[in-house]
Amino acid sequence: MSDIALEIETRVGTRWKKPPFVQRPWLRWALIWGFVVYLIAAYMTIDVNWARVYEGLERGKQFVLAFTSPDFTSRSGDIYEGMLESIIMTVASSVVGIAISIPIALGAARNVAPLPVYLICRSIIAISRALQEIIVAILLVAIFGFGPLAGFLTLSFATIGFLSKLLAEDIESMDKVQAEAIKATGARWTQWINYGVQPQVMPRLIGLSMYRLDINFRESAILGLVGAGGIGATLNTAFDRYEYDTAAAILLIIIVIVMALEYLSGIIRARVQ
Amino acid sequence: MLRLEKLVKTYKTGDQALKAVDLDIPEGQVLALIGPSGAGKSTLIRCINRLVEPTSGKVYLGDVELTGLSTGALRRERRRMGMIFQEYALVERLSVMENVLSGRLGYVGFWRSFLRRFPQSDVDEAFRLLDRVGLAHMADKRADELSGGQRQRVGICRALIQNPAVLLVDEPTASLDPKTSRQIMRLICELCKERGLAAIINIHDVALAQMFVQRVIGLRFGAVEFDGPPEGLTPDVLTTIYGEEDWEATIEAVDDDDDNDLEVAAL
Repeated sequence: MSDIALEIETRVGTRWKKPPFVQRPWLRWALIWGFVVYLIAAYMTIDVNWARVYEGLERGKQFVLAFTSPDFTSRSGDIYEGMLESIIMTVASSVVGIAISIPIALGAARNVAPLPVYLICRSIIAISRALQEIIVAILLVAIFGFGPLAGFLTLSFATIGFLSKLLAEDIESMDKVQAEAIKATGARWTQWINYGVQPQVMPRLIGLSMYRLDINFRESAILGLVGAGGIGATLNTAFDRYEYDTAAAILLIIIVIVMALEYLSGIIRARVQ
Repeated sequence: MLRLEKLVKTYKTGDQALKAVDLDIPEGQVLALIGPSGAGKSTLIRCINRLVEPTSGKVYLGDVELTGLSTGALRRERRRMGMIFQEYALVERLSVMENVLSGRLGYVGFWRSFLRRFPQSDVDEAFRLLDRVGLAHMADKRADELSGGQRQRVGICRALIQNPAVLLVDEPTASLDPKTSRQIMRLICELCKERGLAAIINIHDVALAQMFVQRVIGLRFGAVEFDGPPEGLTPDVLTTIYGEEDWEATIEAVDDDDDNDLEVAAL
């Protein structure tokens, strides 16, 4: 009792400071200064060729100026076909990818699946996420040849890694008691998923699906660069021919579609809450 | 009706939640399980329908021994044990009707339940039960639109539509106000009487337990400390269950209140 009183005497009236994260002062300062020195050294190794930048500025200006006079007409046929192909790729790969993702997400949620299934599904997700879209696309173009089939398969594959992982995490953080209550009625596993789990993760599933549709569309514009079909191929050709006005037109269409998808997903998400 | 023999539950952490509990509940008896937090009340209830796997011991529901059952057989037996939860445990994004009908999942096939095409007899029974608890007009509302008392009544309907032989009730009033708590307890006890159901009710409100049940079990550190009628809960007994405290107020409150809903209760 008297000990505590004594300590209180010494504490009252002195300034209070939050204890530092790294206790030893020399280590703390060594870490801070080490990082600053490294950062400075790192920036110094990036050498910039200012003459080249100056030349490039002119080309950059032309590119930006092209946006003021986008040319939708002279290549309208190519743009239309490319866009159609991109949309088909996007929708087809999203539907297939999401359909495959759902069972994998269930398997990758530790509170729903037994350990062996969990490990298998987590590995599938890890592989899908480790391989970047472009790399997969190059491989699939090599196998299936140029065209939207390779793009479609790439996007489906990428969707699995994205959607399964995030959906599995949502399943793992669901309210356990609601699911338990369904289990207690004597429901089968499938019924348990349908009544106890699905309603809880549905808003997230819909939100993620809309987001993935959006990503897949944007990716489809990139995949054309490696020959996997879609609007990207048209865009790439336009760049190769220095037709910046056509390229600008394509980019504007992509921006408008992405914004429209964004707006649509906002409405849908608000409705399913 | 329901018999526990030397039921033991030891958690992986080494905590022994239940130490060889023996309990015999005859048909139609409503029993309150009281005890301090961590005494093993919830574990005991969950070991009966094996939401928690007991470490050893036996549980008999009628003639069937539950702890050794395979998954499929356990599922069939779970249909005979209705469970009512603390915090209601309704599936919040499903409608009231879907929540009630989910009590029939053990009886219908997957596709029927998936398409929400339950047999007409189940639907009729669901409406009858909802009407009995005064919620028939809410059938198509979403569960999260309901108040606490209404949700718990839906929870009761879900348990009863299973046509159970016994009700396992886990802290049914823990998040309800005093008046609603009494209404819910009264409803559960009335329904048990109407249907001749046995029930184990986990409850931490001693006064409320004394008001409604025929038998009280006091649990402390996973062992039965008291087993008797509610009148047997003297200050000495409460001290052995919960530890030293002035118990006079708790017990007096029960004596003078009978059916007067608004006062007291907050004990």
